[in-house]
Amino acid sequence: MAERPEDLNLPNAVITRIIKEALPDGVNVSKEARSAISRAASVFVLYATSCANNFAVKGKRKTLNASDVLSAMEEMEFQRFVGPLKESLEVYRRDQKGKKEARKDKDKKADSEEQDKSREEENDDDDERMEEEEQNDEEEVDN
Amino acid sequence: AARLSGAENRLVSLPLSRIRVIMKSSPEVSSINQDALFLTAKATELFVQYLAAYSYKHGRGKEKNALTYSDLSHTAEECETFQFLADILPKKILASKYLKMLEKEKRDGEVGEGDEEDEEEEDEDETVGEDVGS
Repeated sequence: MAERPEDLNLPNAVITRIIKEALPDGVNVSKEARSAISRAASVFVLYATSCANNFAVKGKRKTLNASDVLSAMEEMEFQRFVGPLKESLEVYRRDQKGKKEARKDKDKKADSEEQDKSREEENDDDDERMEEEEQNDEEEVDN
Repeated sequence: AARLSGAENRLVSLPLSRIRVIMKSSPEVSSINQDALFLTAKATELFVQYLAAYSYKHGRGKEKNALTYSDLSHTAEECETFQFLADILPKKILASKYLKMLEKEKRDGEVGEGDEEDEEEEDEDETVGEDVGS
Protein backbone atom coordinates (compact mmCIF):
# COMPACT_ATOMS: atom_id res chain seq x y z
CA MET A 1 0.00 0.00 0.00
CA ALA A 2 1.37 3.39 -0.93
CA GLU A 3 1.94 5.62 2.06
CA ARG A 4 0.56 9.09 1.73
CA PRO A 5 1.84 11.62 4.25
CA GLU A 6 -1.45 13.47 4.04
CA ASP A 7 -3.35 10.35 5.16
CA LEU A 8 -5.88 11.42 7.75
CA ASN A 9 -6.70 7.85 8.73
CA LEU A 10 -5.45 6.02 11.77
CA PRO A 11 -3.78 2.59 11.49
CA ASN A 12 -6.40 -0.17 11.26
CA ALA A 13 -4.57 -2.63 13.45
CA VAL A 14 -4.21 -0.19 16.32
CA ILE A 15 -7.85 0.89 16.11
CA THR A 16 -8.97 -2.74 16.10
CA ARG A 17 -6.88 -3.50 19.16
CA ILE A 18 -8.30 -0.53 21.07
CA ILE A 19 -11.85 -1.56 20.17
CA LYS A 20 -11.28 -5.12 21.32
CA GLU A 21 -9.91 -3.89 24.65
CA ALA A 22 -13.21 -2.12 25.24
CA LEU A 23 -15.49 -5.05 24.47
CA PRO A 24 -16.08 -8.41 26.13
CA ASP A 25 -13.92 -11.24 24.80
CA GLY A 26 -15.02 -12.89 21.60
CA VAL A 27 -17.30 -10.13 20.34
CA ASN A 28 -17.12 -9.95 16.56
CA VAL A 29 -16.40 -6.50 15.16
CA SER A 30 -17.41 -6.17 11.51
CA LYS A 31 -14.99 -4.55 9.11
CA GLU A 32 -17.62 -1.93 8.45
CA ALA A 33 -17.94 -1.13 12.13
CA ARG A 34 -14.19 -0.91 12.54
CA SER A 35 -13.87 1.37 9.55
CA ALA A 36 -16.67 3.57 10.86
CA ILE A 37 -15.03 3.87 14.27
CA SER A 38 -11.74 4.78 12.62
CA ARG A 39 -13.42 7.58 10.69
CA ALA A 40 -15.17 8.70 13.85
CA ALA A 41 -11.81 8.85 15.61
CA SER A 42 -10.37 11.11 12.91
CA VAL A 43 -13.40 13.38 13.18
CA PHE A 44 -12.94 13.40 16.94
CA VAL A 45 -9.36 14.62 16.54
CA LEU A 46 -10.49 17.42 14.24
CA TYR A 47 -13.31 18.45 16.56
CA ALA A 48 -11.06 18.34 19.64
CA THR A 49 -8.36 20.32 17.88
CA SER A 50 -10.77 22.99 16.77
CA CYS A 51 -12.23 23.23 20.24
CA ALA A 52 -8.81 23.35 21.92
CA ASN A 53 -7.72 26.00 19.48
CA ASN A 54 -10.59 28.23 20.60
CA PHE A 55 -9.22 28.10 24.12
CA ALA A 56 -5.72 28.94 22.91
CA VAL A 57 -7.07 31.91 20.99
CA LYS A 58 -8.95 33.05 24.08
CA GLY A 59 -5.68 32.88 25.98
CA LYS A 60 -3.98 34.83 23.17
CA ARG A 61 -1.62 31.96 22.48
CA LYS A 62 -0.60 30.48 19.17
CA THR A 63 0.46 27.13 20.53
CA LEU A 64 -2.07 24.57 21.71
CA ASN A 65 -1.16 23.34 25.16
CA ALA A 66 -2.32 20.64 27.56
CA SER A 67 -4.91 22.77 29.34
CA ASP A 68 -6.48 23.72 26.00
CA VAL A 69 -7.02 20.05 25.20
CA LEU A 70 -8.42 19.31 28.66
CA SER A 71 -10.77 22.29 28.42
CA ALA A 72 -11.87 21.04 25.02
CA MET A 73 -12.80 17.65 26.52
CA GLU A 74 -15.05 19.35 29.06
CA GLU A 75 -16.61 21.49 26.38
CA MET A 76 -17.30 18.44 24.19
CA GLU A 77 -18.99 16.66 27.10
CA PHE A 78 -16.21 14.15 27.57
CA GLN A 79 -15.52 15.17 31.18
CA ARG A 80 -15.09 11.50 32.01
CA PHE A 81 -11.79 11.59 30.11
CA VAL A 82 -10.25 14.43 32.10
CA GLY A 83 -9.19 12.44 35.18
CA PRO A 84 -7.53 9.58 33.25
CA LEU A 85 -5.92 12.08 30.87
CA LYS A 86 -4.35 14.04 33.69
CA GLU A 87 -2.90 10.86 35.16
CA SER A 88 -1.51 9.73 31.83
CA LEU A 89 -0.03 13.16 31.26
CA GLU A 90 1.94 12.93 34.48
CA VAL A 91 3.42 9.61 33.44
CA TYR A 92 4.17 10.96 29.97
CA ARG A 93 5.95 14.01 31.35
CA ARG A 94 8.08 11.85 33.62
CA ASP A 95 8.97 9.62 30.66
CA GLN A 96 9.90 12.56 28.48
CA LYS A 97 12.02 14.03 31.23
CA GLY A 98 13.80 10.72 31.65
CA LYS A 99 14.45 10.44 27.94
CA LYS A 100 15.79 13.96 27.74
CA GLU A 101 18.20 13.34 30.57
CA ALA A 102 19.36 10.10 29.00
CA ARG A 103 20.09 11.93 25.77
CA LYS A 104 21.97 14.66 27.56
CA ASP A 105 24.23 12.03 29.11
CA LYS A 106 24.77 10.48 25.71
CA ASP A 107 25.65 13.85 24.26
CA LYS A 108 28.19 14.62 26.92
CA LYS A 109 30.14 11.54 25.91
CA ALA A 110 30.16 12.48 22.22
CA ASP A 111 32.23 14.94 20.16
CA SER A 112 31.10 18.55 20.02
CA GLU A 113 30.33 18.05 16.29
CA GLU A 114 28.24 15.00 16.99
CA GLN A 115 26.51 16.86 19.79
CA ASP A 116 25.06 19.39 17.36
CA LYS A 117 23.85 16.64 15.04
CA SER A 118 22.00 14.66 17.73
CA ARG A 119 20.33 17.77 19.12
CA GLU A 120 18.82 18.44 15.68
CA GLU A 121 17.60 14.88 15.41
CA GLU A 122 16.13 14.90 18.91
CA ASN A 123 12.76 16.24 17.82
CA ASP A 124 12.52 13.88 14.87
CA ASP A 125 13.35 10.74 16.88
CA ASP A 126 9.93 10.29 18.45
CA ASP A 127 8.21 10.86 15.14
CA GLU A 128 10.49 8.41 13.35
CA ARG A 129 9.92 5.76 15.95
CA MET A 130 6.19 6.28 15.73
CA GLU A 131 6.27 6.07 11.96
CA GLU A 132 8.20 2.81 12.04
CA GLU A 133 5.62 1.39 14.37
CA GLU A 134 2.90 2.67 12.10
CA GLN A 135 4.40 0.80 9.17
CA ASN A 136 4.49 -2.37 11.18
CA ASP A 137 0.86 -1.93 12.09
CA GLU A 138 -0.17 -1.51 8.49
CA GLU A 139 1.68 -4.63 7.45
CA GLU A 140 -0.46 -6.75 9.71
CA VAL A 141 -3.10 -8.75 7.90
CA ASP A 142 -6.55 -7.27 8.13
CA ASN A 143 -9.15 -9.83 9.07
CA ALA B 1 6.45 -10.99 12.40
CA ALA B 2 4.69 -11.38 15.73
CA ARG B 3 4.77 -8.45 18.09
CA LEU B 4 5.86 -9.69 21.46
CA SER B 5 6.08 -6.37 23.24
CA GLY B 6 2.74 -6.02 25.05
CA ALA B 7 1.34 -3.06 23.20
CA GLU B 8 -1.28 -2.66 25.88
CA ASN B 9 1.47 -1.68 28.29
CA ARG B 10 2.51 1.29 26.20
CA LEU B 11 1.24 4.64 27.42
CA VAL B 12 -0.40 5.41 24.08
CA SER B 13 -0.86 3.13 21.06
CA LEU B 14 -1.96 5.60 18.41
CA PRO B 15 1.01 7.07 16.54
CA LEU B 16 1.63 10.68 17.57
CA SER B 17 2.96 11.57 14.14
CA ARG B 18 -0.32 10.60 12.49
CA ILE B 19 -2.37 12.43 15.12
CA ARG B 20 -0.23 15.48 14.43
CA VAL B 21 -0.95 15.25 10.70
CA ILE B 22 -4.68 15.23 11.35
CA MET B 23 -4.46 18.12 13.82
CA LYS B 24 -2.36 20.20 11.45
CA SER B 25 -4.89 19.73 8.67
CA SER B 26 -6.94 22.33 10.54
CA PRO B 27 -5.97 25.62 8.91
CA GLU B 28 -6.45 27.74 12.05
CA VAL B 29 -3.91 25.77 14.09
CA SER B 30 -0.38 27.18 14.14
CA SER B 31 1.52 24.97 16.55
CA ILE B 32 0.92 22.17 18.98
CA ASN B 33 2.99 21.53 22.05
CA GLN B 34 4.13 18.00 22.80
CA ASP B 35 1.83 17.58 25.82
CA ALA B 36 -1.19 18.68 23.81
CA LEU B 37 -0.28 16.18 21.10
CA PHE B 38 0.03 13.37 23.60
CA LEU B 39 -3.27 14.27 25.29
CA THR B 40 -5.12 14.39 21.98
CA ALA B 41 -3.80 10.96 21.05
CA LYS B 42 -4.72 9.53 24.44
CA ALA B 43 -8.15 11.18 24.37
CA THR B 44 -8.77 9.64 20.95
CA GLU B 45 -8.04 6.19 22.37
CA LEU B 46 -10.46 6.80 25.23
CA PHE B 47 -12.99 8.01 22.69
CA VAL B 48 -12.67 4.87 20.56
CA GLN B 49 -13.19 2.70 23.63
CA TYR B 50 -16.15 4.73 24.80
CA LEU B 51 -17.84 4.75 21.39
CA ALA B 52 -17.34 1.00 20.97
CA ALA B 53 -18.48 0.05 24.47
CA TYR B 54 -21.47 2.38 24.45
CA SER B 55 -22.64 1.22 21.02
CA TYR B 56 -22.29 -2.42 21.97
CA LYS B 57 -24.18 -1.94 25.22
CA HIS B 58 -27.07 -0.04 23.65
CA GLY B 59 -27.23 -1.77 20.31
CA ARG B 60 -28.81 -4.89 18.92
CA GLY B 61 -25.59 -6.37 17.57
CA LYS B 62 -24.96 -8.06 20.88
CA GLU B 63 -27.90 -10.38 20.24
CA LYS B 64 -25.46 -12.04 17.88
CA ASN B 65 -22.34 -11.30 19.94
CA ALA B 66 -21.24 -8.61 17.50
CA LEU B 67 -20.67 -4.89 17.16
CA THR B 68 -22.27 -3.71 13.92
CA TYR B 69 -22.31 -0.53 11.88
CA SER B 70 -25.96 -0.17 12.78
CA ASP B 71 -25.09 -0.07 16.49
CA LEU B 72 -22.73 2.82 15.81
CA SER B 73 -25.09 4.87 13.67
CA HIS B 74 -27.79 4.30 16.26
CA THR B 75 -25.49 5.76 18.92
CA ALA B 76 -24.74 8.81 16.77
CA GLU B 77 -28.43 9.46 16.35
CA GLU B 78 -29.63 8.74 19.88
CA CYS B 79 -26.86 9.94 22.15
CA GLU B 80 -26.27 13.67 22.39
CA THR B 81 -22.58 13.33 23.18
CA PHE B 82 -22.01 11.51 19.90
CA GLN B 83 -24.25 13.62 17.74
CA PHE B 84 -21.27 15.29 16.07
CA LEU B 85 -20.82 11.94 14.30
CA ALA B 86 -24.32 11.81 12.83
CA ASP B 87 -23.23 13.00 9.38
CA ILE B 88 -20.48 10.43 8.97
CA LEU B 89 -22.46 7.54 10.44
CA PRO B 90 -25.77 7.81 8.60
CA LYS B 91 -28.50 5.22 8.95
CA LYS B 92 -28.47 2.79 6.07
CA ILE B 93 -30.96 1.08 3.87
CA LEU B 94 -30.17 -2.10 1.98
CA ALA B 95 -29.69 -1.47 -1.72
CA SER B 96 -32.04 -4.34 -2.55
CA LYS B 97 -34.80 -2.86 -0.40
CA TYR B 98 -34.32 0.54 -1.98
CA LEU B 99 -34.54 -0.93 -5.48
CA LYS B 100 -37.72 -2.78 -4.52
CA MET B 101 -39.16 0.46 -3.18
CA LEU B 102 -38.43 2.16 -6.49
CA GLU B 103 -40.01 -0.69 -8.42
CA LYS B 104 -43.12 -0.58 -6.29
CA GLU B 105 -43.48 3.15 -6.75
CA LYS B 106 -43.17 2.65 -10.48
CA ARG B 107 -45.75 -0.13 -10.53
CA ASP B 108 -48.16 1.87 -8.42
CA GLY B 109 -48.03 4.49 -11.11
CA GLU B 110 -48.86 1.99 -13.90
CA VAL B 111 -52.47 1.20 -14.88
CA GLY B 112 -53.08 -2.42 -13.82
CA GLU B 113 -55.35 -4.74 -15.91
CA GLY B 114 -56.01 -7.67 -13.67
CA ASP B 115 -52.35 -8.50 -13.59
CA GLU B 116 -51.48 -11.30 -11.22
CA GLU B 117 -48.52 -9.38 -9.91
CA ASP B 118 -50.70 -6.60 -8.64
CA GLU B 119 -52.74 -9.01 -6.61
CA GLU B 120 -49.79 -10.65 -4.95
CA GLU B 121 -48.83 -9.61 -1.50
CA GLU B 122 -45.51 -7.93 -1.78
CA ASP B 123 -42.64 -7.88 0.66
CA GLU B 124 -41.91 -4.28 -0.13
CA ASP B 125 -44.79 -3.29 2.07
CA GLU B 126 -42.76 -4.32 5.06
CA THR B 127 -41.18 -1.30 6.58
CA VAL B 128 -37.88 -1.97 8.20
CA GLY B 129 -38.10 1.06 10.37
CA GLU B 130 -34.66 1.71 11.63
CA ASP B 131 -32.96 0.99 8.35
CA VAL B 132 -34.68 3.73 6.44
CA GLY B 133 -32.43 6.72 5.92
CA SER B 134 -33.88 10.02 6.97
